[in-house]
Amino acid sequence: MTELWDGLVTALKLIISLDPEVMAIAGRSLAISATSSTIAALICLPLATVIHFNKFRGKRTLINIIQTMFSLPTVAVGLFVFVLFSGAGPLGGLGIIFTPAVMVIGQVVLISPIMLGLTISALSGVDKSIADTAVSLGASRLQMAVVTIREARFAVLAALIMGFGRAISEVGLSLMVGGNIRGYTRTITTAISLETSKGDLELALALGIILIFIALIINIVLNRIQQR
Amino acid sequence: MALIETVNIGQRYGGQNVLEDVSLDIEAGEAFALIGPTGAGKTTLLRLLDLLEKPAAGSIRFDGRDVTANKSLRLGARRRMAFVLQKPVVFNMSVYDNVACGLKWRKQKEPVVRQRVNQALELAGMAQYAKRNARTLSGGETQRVAIARALAIAPEVLFLDEPTANLDPVSTAKIEEVLAHIIGEGKTTVVMATHNMSQGQRLAGRIGVIMNGRLLQLGSPGDIFSTPGNKEVAEFVGVDNILSGVIVNRDEELVTIDVNGALIQAISDYPIGAEVHALIRPEDVTLALHRDVSSARNTFEGSIAKTLLIGALVRVEVACGFPLFAVVTKRSAEDLNLAVNKKIYATFKATAVHIIKRWN
Repeated sequence: MTELWDGLVTALKLIISLDPEVMAIAGRSLAISATSSTIAALICLPLATVIHFNKFRGKRTLINIIQTMFSLPTVAVGLFVFVLFSGAGPLGGLGIIFTPAVMVIGQVVLISPIMLGLTISALSGVDKSIADTAVSLGASRLQMAVVTIREARFAVLAALIMGFGRAISEVGLSLMVGGNIRGYTRTITTAISLETSKGDLELALALGIILIFIALIINIVLNRIQQR
Repeated sequence: MALIETVNIGQRYGGQNVLEDVSLDIEAGEAFALIGPTGAGKTTLLRLLDLLEKPAAGSIRFDGRDVTANKSLRLGARRRMAFVLQKPVVFNMSVYDNVACGLKWRKQKEPVVRQRVNQALELAGMAQYAKRNARTLSGGETQRVAIARALAIAPEVLFLDEPTANLDPVSTAKIEEVLAHIIGEGKTTVVMATHNMSQGQRLAGRIGVIMNGRLLQLGSPGDIFSTPGNKEVAEFVGVDNILSGVIVNRDEELVTIDVNGALIQAISDYPIGAEVHALIRPEDVTLALHRDVSSARNTFEGSIAKTLLIGALVRVEVACGFPLFAVVTKRSAEDLNLAVNKKIYATFKATAVHIIKRWN
């Protein structure tokens, strides 16, 4: 018990003193997840609009598949990306395995289904007559899509934040394709995993507290958005 | 050349015909009302005319060009029209921004947008609400924002679907006033759907009656009101007396119709033996306590079967061999001391009877 208590005190000291190692890891985690979330959003917003506003065969099935992929295991994505980008893999020539770049790619794969699926349901929540009204007032298809996204803006933003939340909290993928290289690909979650197995609880706890703090902020923002 | 021409257009939803064979010409600058009961196909026809939907059959021409299928022609034509939906929705933004939408989509310059939006808000009586979030408005106010939003783009054609359905009488009056103003200016072609016959009469110069997906009659409000083309239209426009009979005699234009043994005189071209409906508007039937000696050819003795107060009017059912409905003012009902079973004389002129052929 004392060990845990001491660890907690040291962890808080590390945070308050803005320990360079802790801050670097937290900053890297945020940077990688923010990058992957931005890229995923740039892919998913237009794609969700295309899927939502077009009628085609198998649309229902496609949406079901996307929703199933919400719970894609991180290690499965990790394995897939590893095989793809490792030295012997088809994209091994790029030489980006064990770099932040490949972590971003993996996270984009991981969180895109969530962003896509939740954005589609956000758009479905908008009254059909919004689109009719826009078209009747002379909107082109693109203008009509923009006004519909605008109507669903809080739900769409919530979808994007959910994606970011999944990216920053996952560990399996980052460990497998990033390699947990100190000062390069070590993130909050991979560091916690390593430090805990080494028995170095102070650093693990400090990073754990920061991660929970980030999760708390995300939740507060989400709540605020949903209450509007 | 008409501004909008449809040739035999039809629409199907889920294998069901909701509109069939509608051919309609709408002239630039006219005020046209589509009337018909709920579910008759009014909304579908408006959606086709506004090019929100493509017809399953037939073709539509706008300003002389076929806009049935061509995508860019449709957007171009649609940008010259505006449509106020039956349940108008406003975008989740300020009233001003709502009204500005159509202009911004047409890439109008900011000063033009500001001037047109303010003008439209002024006309709709919504200027003081410009900064309010449009979602916080009442039903009548929302409807007026929707009309202002449509007017801001200065459409050549304004479509309105049931513009006053579900609104209180005060809001209805305000909206009819705005519409009357637009129609009076004569710059905008107005096409409105309504199930309210009297609204159509008040606002439109021409009326089309639509029932069960078919356009049954086109004409001036007066024509449709006094000489409905068939029994369904007659019922819809409030002709309470629809009597089935056979023409038994004719003297030049004047015919005698046998209705259940009672003889009614009317003006008609149909020959002896023709099976017809005699349509008599209830307000054309007068009631008296004594046999009237007047030029009216049809007087029937009967007894009052029922009276019903409707606003300032009383609807009276007289049993005189056949049921005959009359509408009198509340005042004259009191003067005549009308009561159930009271003996009464009901009178109407031969020219007040409109004869249509019976098909079934």
